Amino acid sequence: MIAIKDLHKSYTMGSNSLHVLKGINFSVEEGELVSIMGSSGSGKSTLLNILGMLDEADSGTYTLDGTPIKNLNEKIAARYRNKFLGFIFQSFNLINYKSALDNVGMPLYYQGMKRAERTDKAMAYLEKVGLANWAHHMPNELSGGQKQRVAIARALASDPKVLLADEPTGALDTKTSYEVMELIQGINDEGKTILVVTHEDDIAHMTKRIVNLKDGLIIDDTKINQVRAASHV
Amino acid sequence: MFSKDSWDEIIEALSRNWFRTALTAFGVLWGIFILVILLAAGKGLENGVKKDFGNIATNSMFMWTQTISKPYKGLPKGRRFSYDLDDVAAIKQSMPELRFVSPRNQLGGFGGANNVVRGINTGAFNVYGDYPEYIEQQPMYITSGRFLNYGDIEARRKVAVIGEGVRNALYDKGEDFIGTYIKINGVNFMVVGTYAVVASNGDSEEEQKQIYVPFTAFSQAFNMGNDVGWMAITAKDGYSITQLKTKVFDIIKTRHSIHPEDDRAIGNFDLYEQYQKVDGLFIALKAVAYFVGILVLLSGIIGISNIMLIVVKERTKEIGIRRALGASPWSIRSQILTESVFLTLISGMAGISLGALVIYVLNKILDANGPVEMFSNPSVDLSTILIALFILISSGLLAGFIPAQNAIKVKPIDALRDE
Repeated sequence: MIAIKDLHKSYTMGSNSLHVLKGINFSVEEGELVSIMGSSGSGKSTLLNILGMLDEADSGTYTLDGTPIKNLNEKIAARYRNKFLGFIFQSFNLINYKSALDNVGMPLYYQGMKRAERTDKAMAYLEKVGLANWAHHMPNELSGGQKQRVAIARALASDPKVLLADEPTGALDTKTSYEVMELIQGINDEGKTILVVTHEDDIAHMTKRIVNLKDGLIIDDTKINQVRAASHV
Repeated sequence: MFSKDSWDEIIEALSRNWFRTALTAFGVLWGIFILVILLAAGKGLENGVKKDFGNIATNSMFMWTQTISKPYKGLPKGRRFSYDLDDVAAIKQSMPELRFVSPRNQLGGFGGANNVVRGINTGAFNVYGDYPEYIEQQPMYITSGRFLNYGDIEARRKVAVIGEGVRNALYDKGEDFIGTYIKINGVNFMVVGTYAVVASNGDSEEEQKQIYVPFTAFSQAFNMGNDVGWMAITAKDGYSITQLKTKVFDIIKTRHSIHPEDDRAIGNFDLYEQYQKVDGLFIALKAVAYFVGILVLLSGIIGISNIMLIVVKERTKEIGIRRALGASPWSIRSQILTESVFLTLISGMAGISLGALVIYVLNKILDANGPVEMFSNPSVDLSTILIALFILISSGLLAGFIPAQNAIKVKPIDALRDE
């Protein structure tokens, strides 16, 4: 599903050049649930941004579902993001003047889907995350866990190939974190490929594979026995 | 692009901070309002002034004789000459571009002695010897009887068409006047008609104190022979009398042995030139109105541009989210541009409506209080409104352009960074 080879990325800050990724080789099969761990500054967010086509690598190749991702202009990047990827952020990033339903419908809006069809589909995904009754609430009327679930529904709405979650539980308490992870595991069980960036051990162990990053290199990549979040709730 | 969804997005975005939106919109509203009012005021002035020209054939000139100022062909300077009927015939024959060449003679004048008597009533009036076509050059309404005709000219009938003012001075109210006689400088003329003049400048009273008699009868009665006092010449539509008049002068100069470069021998008043000058004045006035209006509008537009910049700044994160969800740069840009155009257009329409309302009320007041000197029916026409709309749309696009460029420069990754 995802294959990256010898990925390099450096940032220039004033006169200093910061080499963040120093040759990453990494691949993910369809249906995997992978966590990327590392201390801050290890390059895990940069890696996720490159995977999410929000940033471009300096060198190396990136293939997503057989499509080489390179030399993207903004227009194509936008289309690929819409088609291939679903994003889940630490701070939810819902649009705060739109209802939960409209938020979930956003990716579909950018696919050019008609309003009625979009609403039906968005409603189905809200039901899936258990928030059908909150469809017409504004984000500021929802709890943190609910917001993240709306965000997950939104990420799923365009039926992407891969879900990219950047610290999805970073802003949530433990109990809510586990609920969100339970949801993510459930989605993975249905066959969706998911990448989770986290620095929390317990969250990482709820995935099926942990990739450890340090100073821009993968130092460890092991498959683990998944801990079901349900057992903690 | 203009689906219900796009509209929802625009309305949502603009109504989120409606007070700020309204304040911004007011700038444009005010600008277009000023523009409309200035144009309407200019038009009102134009209407008022042009009304004073009345229905006079403006493509006309009047010409008279003056003292010859250059010796020519052995003739000295300082001599005087007068036109005669042969001149009129010659001009008519050699210049088919002219519609009317009316020879005229005149008796009396402003403030002159009493020259018209009827019974025990007397009065001082201008008496003109004229041809029937003069009514086409200086339109008047025949209120009773008839105007002069060619029968009168050929038979040299001593008939007179008198103004309503003359009738009021010479006759009692309700008295029969058609068929009665008035005495002009001791010669009896029969009244065959009365006329009225419609003019807005208050001179109609004076213009109605005139008497028209057949040119031929005038010449005979007052010993004018073949002499012509002055001429009223009108060009055909499509020709300009200002361009034709030198040719007329040349004919006269040749016939009267006047030096070809003697410009002082023939006096003329070119109505068309005057009219053009007045016209030019109003074109200049219109230009000033546009200039001022557009400058005021410009400050409104800058206000909109400013607010859109702030809006983009405020929505950096939102734009980043949209981009991450698959919004193309074009859809972001078009949203900002549509918002800007929409805001400009709505406030502009409000400004135009307000302007129209003010003009409407002004017209009502003018109508109620009777005509005002030099000002009548202030208005803007449809084409002006279309021009205003065009200015609005293009300025809306202009106002949104820089903010829209800023919006698509936002990198999703920067917008989404948690700080």
